[in-house]
Amino acid sequence: MRTRGLLVLSLAVLSVGCSSIEPWVKPYDRENLADPIMAFTRAPISQDFLDHVFESREGSRGATGAGGGGCGCN
Amino acid sequence: MANKRLAGFVITCLSLGGPLLSNDALAGVLPEDRADLLYFRYEGGGVTISGPSMLVRKSIGEHVSVQANYYIDMVSSASVDVETSASPYEDERTQSSLSADFLFGKSTYSIGYVNSDESDYQAKTLFMGVSHDMFGDLTTISFNYKSGKNDVFRNVKIDDAKVNDPTFHEKMDSKSYSVGISQIVTKNLILSGQYEVVTDEGFLRSPYRSVRFFIDPFNQGRQDEIYPNTRSSNAASIRAKYFLPYRAAVDTMYRFYTDTWGVVGHTAELGYVHPLDNAHWGGNWIFEGRLHYYTQTKADFYQDIFPRADFANFMARDKELATYNAYTLGVNATYEFKIERFPWLTKGQLNLRYDHMTVNYDDFRDARFSLGSFGTLPDEPFDPGTEPLYKLDADMYQFFISAFF
Repeated sequence: MRTRGLLVLSLAVLSVGCSSIEPWVKPYDRENLADPIMAFTRAPISQDFLDHVFESREGSRGATGAGGGGCGCN
Repeated sequence: MANKRLAGFVITCLSLGGPLLSNDALAGVLPEDRADLLYFRYEGGGVTISGPSMLVRKSIGEHVSVQANYYIDMVSSASVDVETSASPYEDERTQSSLSADFLFGKSTYSIGYVNSDESDYQAKTLFMGVSHDMFGDLTTISFNYKSGKNDVFRNVKIDDAKVNDPTFHEKMDSKSYSVGISQIVTKNLILSGQYEVVTDEGFLRSPYRSVRFFIDPFNQGRQDEIYPNTRSSNAASIRAKYFLPYRAAVDTMYRFYTDTWGVVGHTAELGYVHPLDNAHWGGNWIFEGRLHYYTQTKADFYQDIFPRADFANFMARDKELATYNAYTLGVNATYEFKIERFPWLTKGQLNLRYDHMTVNYDDFRDARFSLGSFGTLPDEPFDPGTEPLYKLDADMYQFFISAFF
């Protein structure tokens, strides 16, 4: 019952949010964010290579948000 | 024999296409058209990997963007594992991928396929996802799914020729589910977070690697590794990028990782991007520095040397399952140019990058001091379990050219 209540409350908050939230950073204020130096991955092909290396040398995986693939050699 | 990271390696690190996880500030647009050609070289721990990679991304109309990637790994290995148990080898891996992004309103749908081939490992992976912009394009949420089918073979030498062992063919399936959110916080700050679950099932160990055990305090024996048939992991990350009061950017990332094998990992990264202004070298240069730190605790069934043969149900001596920490420091220089004769070329870039990695293992010893190298014993062998701890230093070089059009 409590779970259902939380779900209804969450949906209500989301629906209100969708209709009334005004973007506090206007499109014309996003010049800095649009600068290519602000991309999380500036060069995907290079990041893929580094992710290959980290993936093969580290026991962790996932949630890196960037590309990869490659060789994990002994 | 190149790919020994069997635990969902390919599936966990696929390029997902541009908009899904790129978290760029400009939401609701397809990635820009570009072509990249990269040459890379990795040297460290007796292993050299080099090769080219080519990437092309092109829009088709206003709603579709396709991407193709072709990648070759040429491997020459005499790693510490190989030195103590086998002969040096050479191998080649090729990977090709094709993906497409479809933009409809505020949503981007992506789908792609990756094929990876090497002499003893074949991986085929399908991935798909959706991302959606909301709240005036301040927020982007994404959901992604990947499924991989892998065939594991084992190479043997017959008359000096490397062939697949006809008695050995195993399979491994991997699935990944992830959810991400990207949030514009201020006109200079963007945050993103991601959570990903990966599950593997099948043959997860290396068909070549062995564990070692004490026969007595002065002698050791070896046997094949024994791994569980499943592995599930959870990883959560958060990253931020901030535009500084002058034209430069700083970014940071932290990832927490845990899995059912008992590995707990922490990853942290700090980066800085600094373009020169027009008063310096024509304003054509961008410099970048990056520090990557990683640490983890060992898997429950990892030991450098076991007390006796068949000591436990599961036994591993993969140094990537040991306890260790690693630092990688990288620098990148980008030169931007335009060519008057090619007006279709919006921008070109030449890039040179160098990274140095140091890995310090806490419980993985350099067994060459007791077992020797390629069957040749050392003059004064150490007793098993008393060898120096292993340390890995690696250099990575990248040269790549990018064209935007």
